[in-house]
Amino acid sequence: MSNVLVFLESTNNGIKKSSLELLSAAKNSGRNVLACAFGESSKAAAEEAGKYGAAKAFICSDAKLNDYNSELYSALAVQAIKDSSADLVLASSSMLARDLFPRVAAKLDAAVTSDCTDLELTADNINVKKPLYSGKCKAQVELSADIKIVLMRANQLPVNELADGTAEVVELSAPEIDLKTLIKEVVKGTSEKLDLTEANIIVSGGRGMRDPEGYKILEPLAETLNATLGATRAIVDDGWVPHNMQVGQTGKTVAPTLYIACGISGAIQHLAGMSGSKVIVAINKDPEAPIFKKANYGLVGDVFDIVPKLTEEFKAIL
Amino acid sequence: MNIYVCIKQVPDTETKIKLNADQSNIDTAGIKWVMNPYDEFAVEEAIQLKSKTEGATLKVVTVGPKSRVTDALRTALAMGADEALLIDAPESIDTFNTAKALAAAIKQEGEPFQVFTGKQAIDDNAASVSQMLAEFLDIPHATVISKFEKSSDSAVVEREVEGGRKEVIVLKGPSVVAANKGLNKPRYASLPNIMKAKKKPVKEIDLASLGVNVDQAKLKFTHFELPAEKPPVKMLEGEADQQAKELVRLLREEAKVI
Repeated sequence: MSNVLVFLESTNNGIKKSSLELLSAAKNSGRNVLACAFGESSKAAAEEAGKYGAAKAFICSDAKLNDYNSELYSALAVQAIKDSSADLVLASSSMLARDLFPRVAAKLDAAVTSDCTDLELTADNINVKKPLYSGKCKAQVELSADIKIVLMRANQLPVNELADGTAEVVELSAPEIDLKTLIKEVVKGTSEKLDLTEANIIVSGGRGMRDPEGYKILEPLAETLNATLGATRAIVDDGWVPHNMQVGQTGKTVAPTLYIACGISGAIQHLAGMSGSKVIVAINKDPEAPIFKKANYGLVGDVFDIVPKLTEEFKAIL
Repeated sequence: MNIYVCIKQVPDTETKIKLNADQSNIDTAGIKWVMNPYDEFAVEEAIQLKSKTEGATLKVVTVGPKSRVTDALRTALAMGADEALLIDAPESIDTFNTAKALAAAIKQEGEPFQVFTGKQAIDDNAASVSQMLAEFLDIPHATVISKFEKSSDSAVVEREVEGGRKEVIVLKGPSVVAANKGLNKPRYASLPNIMKAKKKPVKEIDLASLGVNVDQAKLKFTHFELPAEKPPVKMLEGEADQQAKELVRLLREEAKVI
């Protein structure tokens, strides 16, 4: 039976949901499930992965791996893939994995595809799809190589219930390489929230929020929903919020379960980044705004009236 | 001293995508092709580095069908690149072979002082070629960079990662860096420079001469489909408080996402 290796990423609260989705898909396929994780959090991750069906976890718990270094991580990932005899590697299409796995694929002569939204995995078959041309179409991806690496967008697959299980831990030693890549400094982000690309709920604002002060009325709504805040290119370019909050063409592609667009007209560059959302709510004073064509639910009116009311309503039930 | 910038030509964002009859690919008729938006930041940064580096030559490289990609190269030449390398390849070439071809071409042309790319192409959104290219050239890489500072023997870059976290990384020797938006403000080519660019050399390179066989692809896109029709939007009626109440109910009971 073939071995599938799941690359795990963790936060302070344990393995990220996006990685759990992949552990679950691997387990449900009937293949042998193996996991790998790097950094001091990897011991806890290995234990947790056991409960989701991983039989073995290849980890390197050396503190040198706490911060991502492409050279160290790619050397370790290559070793974990070889040691696990995996012919399939699953990872979340996170910024870290997207930086890492193309380099790993080049080292291993493997096939890698990222930003995938559909994965059907059985014991002897794999079917992968990804959006192309900013989501204007989708295609099946055929991977031809002994080792296939698939990076999946977050929030696309169900997570299994926790079960009993223990993963055998294989500790890998940190690679001794003459590094050409040195991490000089890591500036922690201001946001404790999930990154936009992994968020389950996003509250996003555009020019209709009037000014940086006006945008702030979205904060209590996001807080109530435990959502991540997003923004359009227009207000990023005007300096209301930093670029890491931009959704769309030159920002981030997101796929949350719920996307609430406030005062966003729906420029094509913005739609390109969020049309993969499961449910889209649009709040805009202009009933003709293009965003309503993409939305599931539309509210025409003043965001400054509707958003506070909406925050109250959510507070009442959550 | 060679500075390289690798670019890709992609359909313009506004282009409507249609599929061919058997859904084996998109229908390229009527597509307006442009330089990948992120590559503009790469070209700009490469020009700025060239202007600070004595004796540097800036070479712009692309892989794609000769019939159309020359336009993208001319744009980069008009912005300020010195020479262009056109690696003629079929539309379907995958990321692995693209990176192989770029690496082989760069090795032929002369050792790089620095290599720039965009952080991803907006057509297939793979964001893979830069890292593969770095591996094939055996030099370090950094992706999604928002700051770049080069000295004679290293580069210091800043990359924005998840949740607004920033990393400052030192890359020793030559490296491949993939530009994010915000790295700089790409210049527009002036008319005189567009005219001058027409006289700049474009060297054509045959894919086979680089040892790349496109039949040995690792990735192939098949069974294209257009997105399913979205059900029509449900517009909520009434005053703000009624709309808010109704939305929360629908999200809970109908959409079941809350």
